[in-house]
Amino acid sequence: MAEGVSGETKLAVRAATKRYGEFVALEGCSLEVRPETIVSIVGPSGCGKTTLLWAMSGLNPLTSGEVLLDGTPITRPRPEVGLVFQEANLLPWRNLIDNILFPFEIKGQAPDRAWIDHLLERVSLKGFEQSFPNALSGGMQQRAAIVRALALQPSVLLMDEPFGALDAFTREEMNQLVEEIWLETRTTIVFITHSIEEALFLSDQVVVLTPRPGRVLNVHDVPFGRPRTMEIMASKAVFDLTNRIKAEIYGQQIAGRAAAE
Amino acid sequence: MSEDVVGGKVGKGLQSLSTFGAGTSRLEFLAILATAVIVIGGLELVLRWFAVPHYIMPPPSAIVAALVTDFPLILPHLGHTLVVLLSGFAIGAGFGLVLAAVITQFPFAEKIIAPYILILVTTPMLALVPLLILWFGFGYEPRIIAVALATGPMVMINSATGFRRVDANKIALARSYGASTLQIFWKVRAPMALPMILVGLMIGAIFGLLTAVGAEMVGGGFGLGNRLTTYSSMIRMPQFFGVVLILSLLGILIYVIFFLIGKKWASWET
Repeated sequence: MAEGVSGETKLAVRAATKRYGEFVALEGCSLEVRPETIVSIVGPSGCGKTTLLWAMSGLNPLTSGEVLLDGTPITRPRPEVGLVFQEANLLPWRNLIDNILFPFEIKGQAPDRAWIDHLLERVSLKGFEQSFPNALSGGMQQRAAIVRALALQPSVLLMDEPFGALDAFTREEMNQLVEEIWLETRTTIVFITHSIEEALFLSDQVVVLTPRPGRVLNVHDVPFGRPRTMEIMASKAVFDLTNRIKAEIYGQQIAGRAAAE
Repeated sequence: MSEDVVGGKVGKGLQSLSTFGAGTSRLEFLAILATAVIVIGGLELVLRWFAVPHYIMPPPSAIVAALVTDFPLILPHLGHTLVVLLSGFAIGAGFGLVLAAVITQFPFAEKIIAPYILILVTTPMLALVPLLILWFGFGYEPRIIAVALATGPMVMINSATGFRRVDANKIALARSYGASTLQIFWKVRAPMALPMILVGLMIGAIFGLLTAVGAEMVGGGFGLGNRLTTYSSMIRMPQFFGVVLILSLLGILIYVIFFLIGKKWASWET
């Protein structure tokens, strides 16, 4: 256990600022993610959500500010951090199992076959090991991508709008799958989404960002039990919280437009 | 731009060949066979009916007969042509591939070098053969160099298109696992470029064959191209067409080889 605040913080973003020339994507953005929780980041389009996540992954360094994982700054990709992309991002020339083994190949590390088998079982992809991505549905591809990210047993999983391209039913299934996997592994998850419903279903906390440049506007605790049943999701409390977050996001958009005029 | 045109055409050709093979029922196959019999048989009948002299246009049967009887005489020349084609292709393709892989890593260098490659692609390398003969004599050397010059730019320009097709997300994926530049090249860029590389190799091989035969026509002495000029000057048209037949079979062979390689290693593309 690390000392003081970092003992309660898995991942911390401190005054993150990212500029692309004149363009300011993030400015002084700070947030903390407690261990073994799911935190969703929501906000209007172009508020720097993906920029923030890529900074957390170490792929895209910040202009200023820092990201701390267990108290140490992330400056390059770290093996403890798994990343799931907007599209499944499978390599089309590799079959499913070779896609999942890709990280091990890069690292020159022996894969834990039993764990991978277990994950494949978990996401109902057993028997599809030899299939190529173009023969799999969008949901199956994204499930394979999740297995690939979890195969290395990361302590943090970053998910960048992973289900945005899926249809509504598949999306709900995938959300349940993420919750099940979380209940089993307790991996800390940072989840970017456009959907407030998705954020509330999955998260322990929802972080609302302002329009560009992105800053943290508000952090909402989502104090509902798990698994999140249909009864919970249909409750008045969830309904009210949804509306409050919506009002925050739309309120900013309107204010932003007024300011622009 | 030009490389896209070159690649696009053949890309479609590869696809249509694959659908041709895959979706052909027995009935369709019979129809294709019957058409071939009618065309070749019809040609035979027409040429015989009008008693067209063999030195103008020999009937198919005479071509096949000449090919069978004169094959021992033609075979060594086929060997020479294959030596020229294979060695020229290997050299040209090797240079083309390495150059494409290196140059696409440096966009600035690519801009500088692009016009020269374009000139090499668009200039028929046959035009250089008389000069090459002057420099290197009448042996294999000028022919191999001409084939390499015809093959290399074709391979390079198509492979470069392949290597340029970078998917930032796939590279980010590899980087997120800590991949080195070399690993990114071998495990992401190269496989991604493979379909275009194969197209380049196929076009390069066919251009190489073209150039080999042309160089042999000019260079004299030996090779299938030399047989063409010899037989036509001796007005031995059945033998002449026999050699043409061998050349078209060579071309088809090149096509089929690369088609099969593509089916095995690059079928994920379609």
